[in-house]
Amino acid sequence: MEQQATITATLEDESAHAFDSTVARIWRVFWILLIVTLVEIALATVHYFFGVPPVLLRNVIFLSLTLVKAFYIVAEFMHLRHEVKNLILSIMIPLLLFIWFITAFLTDGNSWRIDRERRAVQTEQVNPAP
Amino acid sequence: MSTIASTQKVNWKGGVSPYNVSYGKLMMWFFLMSDAFTFGAFLISYGTTRLSASYWPDPNEVFDKAPFINAKLPLVFVSLMTFILIMSSVTMVLAVHAGHLRKRKEVAKWLSLTILGGILFLSCQAYEWTHLIEGGTTISHNMFGPIVNGHHTPGPAAFGSFFFTITGFHGGHVFSGVVINTIVLINVLMGTYDKRGHYEMVEKVGLYWHFVDLVWVFVFTCFYLL
Repeated sequence: MEQQATITATLEDESAHAFDSTVARIWRVFWILLIVTLVEIALATVHYFFGVPPVLLRNVIFLSLTLVKAFYIVAEFMHLRHEVKNLILSIMIPLLLFIWFITAFLTDGNSWRIDRERRAVQTEQVNPAP
Repeated sequence: MSTIASTQKVNWKGGVSPYNVSYGKLMMWFFLMSDAFTFGAFLISYGTTRLSASYWPDPNEVFDKAPFINAKLPLVFVSLMTFILIMSSVTMVLAVHAGHLRKRKEVAKWLSLTILGGILFLSCQAYEWTHLIEGGTTISHNMFGPIVNGHHTPGPAAFGSFFFTITGFHGGHVFSGVVINTIVLINVLMGTYDKRGHYEMVEKVGLYWHFVDLVWVFVFTCFYLL
């Protein structure tokens, strides 16, 4: 009877300890997400009013910070980091298809713009304004 | 690490899930993966169309209003929406955590706050949509084109259609998340999960809710920042 009481006490002790560390980790992730978002907004505002950094660099920073936020949400909030490797790979490997989707489609869109702008220039040359 | 590796070897022999999660959670993961492809396809088609256009509206000019404040405030309101959604994600993790410890009242408290966050987000979105639609932005028309002789000209129609489709689809997910969270909250209050012996349902709706937050992170970048 006494032994059982000790075990229960230890269990409660451990769960209380686990509670603290998990809750601390949750709030740490919250602060990371909040600060990254604030940095993004600051960067957008600086770019809007002062024009620095250049668009391409700004966009690369935005996309990198987005991936940082996505990592923390999926790894910590969705707990994927603490699952077994089989589950992590089964979820992550299919998503690698996005690398090709993004590359192929954005290249396609960009080539349409180049083509359209080239045609616009040609039309102007063929039919000069009266 | 070594314990995980050793259990994995045993798990592949059958009888136990090699994923070490329940059927419901695994299926939620696969559903979310397919949903990620849906949103990915939306955002990629938006990116393709945007890159193929020689002109695109500047988000700092389009999203510069906040309720009750009569001034140009680029991105302020949408930052608030982002904060609300991140915050509701945090309360959701805390609900899941309280569920692990089987503290019914704690779960109910955090889940209620999550639902409140979801409703607040939807209200903000309703304001934003109303403001845009009253300003003449629809799925087929907007006035965010280049300024010619001091007058705004019509911008690319695709801007409105992509914006309303994608934020609408995301808002639909938030709405169904709120409904599902409410159903789970009712079950928590009725003690359904205490009778069942575990709060796994809270974990499953938690996964869905975090995914909605994850999608918003990408929508936020693609529509408001880039």
